[in-house]
Amino acid sequence: MVKSKTMIAIVDYGMGNIRSVEKGFAKVGADVRITSDPKIIADAKGIVLPGVGAFRDCMKNLDNLKLLDSIVKEIQKGKPYLGICLGLQILFTESEEFGICKGLDVFKGKVVKFRFEGNQQLLKIPHMGWNTVKLVRKPPIFDGIQDNSYFYFVHSFYVASEEKTIVAGTTDYGMEFTSMVWKDNVFATQFHPEKSQNLGLQILKGFGEFVKKA
Amino acid sequence: MLAKRIIPCLDVRDGRVVKGVNFVNIRDAGDPVDNAIFYDEQGADELVFLDITASHEKRKIILDVVEKTATDVFMPLTVGGGIKILDDIRDLLNAGCDKVSINTTAVNNPEFIKAAAERFGSQCIVVAIDAKRVHDSRFEIDQKREVPEWLNASSELKQRLFIENPSEKAWEVYTHGGRRPKGINAVEWAKYMEELGAGEILLTSMDRDGTKEGFDLELTRAISESVSIPVIASGGVGNLEHLYEGISIGKADAVLAASIFHYREYTVKQAKEYLKDKGVAVRL
Repeated sequence: MVKSKTMIAIVDYGMGNIRSVEKGFAKVGADVRITSDPKIIADAKGIVLPGVGAFRDCMKNLDNLKLLDSIVKEIQKGKPYLGICLGLQILFTESEEFGICKGLDVFKGKVVKFRFEGNQQLLKIPHMGWNTVKLVRKPPIFDGIQDNSYFYFVHSFYVASEEKTIVAGTTDYGMEFTSMVWKDNVFATQFHPEKSQNLGLQILKGFGEFVKKA
Repeated sequence: MLAKRIIPCLDVRDGRVVKGVNFVNIRDAGDPVDNAIFYDEQGADELVFLDITASHEKRKIILDVVEKTATDVFMPLTVGGGIKILDDIRDLLNAGCDKVSINTTAVNNPEFIKAAAERFGSQCIVVAIDAKRVHDSRFEIDQKREVPEWLNASSELKQRLFIENPSEKAWEVYTHGGRRPKGINAVEWAKYMEELGAGEILLTSMDRDGTKEGFDLELTRAISESVSIPVIASGGVGNLEHLYEGISIGKADAVLAASIFHYREYTVKQAKEYLKDKGVAVRL
């Protein structure tokens, strides 16, 4: 196999809508490969970790595939990383989904469930549908995207980050929660760019370009 | 703020989009991918494909439809119809679909919803409920009611879910496009499905489906207020006011319509502009 200088590895750990993410990147002309091979991930110029489902299963599957260490190592080496939904959540210290479950601890903070009281009890869980993202800081992969644009969400847990400086975007659902983080080479969204029509594709394109320049 | 969703629904048979006002008069109106692109351009929030393919051999065609659609359209895609085993769900998700909508299989075996939610996550398991007012359809109940075995087998579930008195004010769960009453109370059924792991309810009033008289608002509200998962209202939309009522009175989180969009009476964009003028949060 010829090594591509711009290949982005989409990590396949048996969960989530890998194909949609692949198709999204293909649409914007990025060179992506679906893989669960640590060697290919090490060779890749960027890593995408998509995923919907349970935090615990995600960590367990990555562990079974011996990918936990390699993902953290690549992130620490400065390789561009895009986490989507669970790919955001597992960056944090731990999740309270089904008891406490350890995450990658790249960032300090907890993954917690939406809890609503009083009038807000009418708010449905999961938080499902299109909601706006308020840009706290604009990451380079958000080139051309306006503040308060709509993106597609589907999740019952959100990240409570202890590190405020990494928060790049917030969203209002009964409360203001962190919907995007960015630190150096690490980008992660609670929403699904691959399901957010043109604006979502623009983010995938932005990540592809960031990888090229990295 | 979370926007209310507008969801066009496409009936697909043997890989082609159809939508008739009744079962006899089904009109062929084209290619599913073209239809999906058409709605994508209008700013639809999601798409639902309802697969009404009758023949089992042709069921794989829907996978090809999903695969092609997901190559060009980047929004949430739900497929309903004919899902019987967990591998059906897996195949659809692998083809690029995001959620599956399950009706008959849930009624035949509620534990299927639990197994599906455990394996694929609640977020992709939509339970479709077809419901009809009991006190308007008493004759049918007496004639045709088919109570599932699992319901007769459990006194606890029977007490909770069964509509004992056919004259009580309730909505009954139906399968097979509104032809087979099941004796199950739709509101209680929705709650039970949430408990077993459903992530969303797609609620269709069989009294209103195809009538263009608007949603059954009382039913929609009763279910939406009984569960904490999102509810999509369906069945009966004839104009934009109906969509507004479904959200404002019915308390639906999303509204689904077929014919008003399909026959281009309104565009999705027009629907959203109308709702926005009425103060509803929509994505424009």
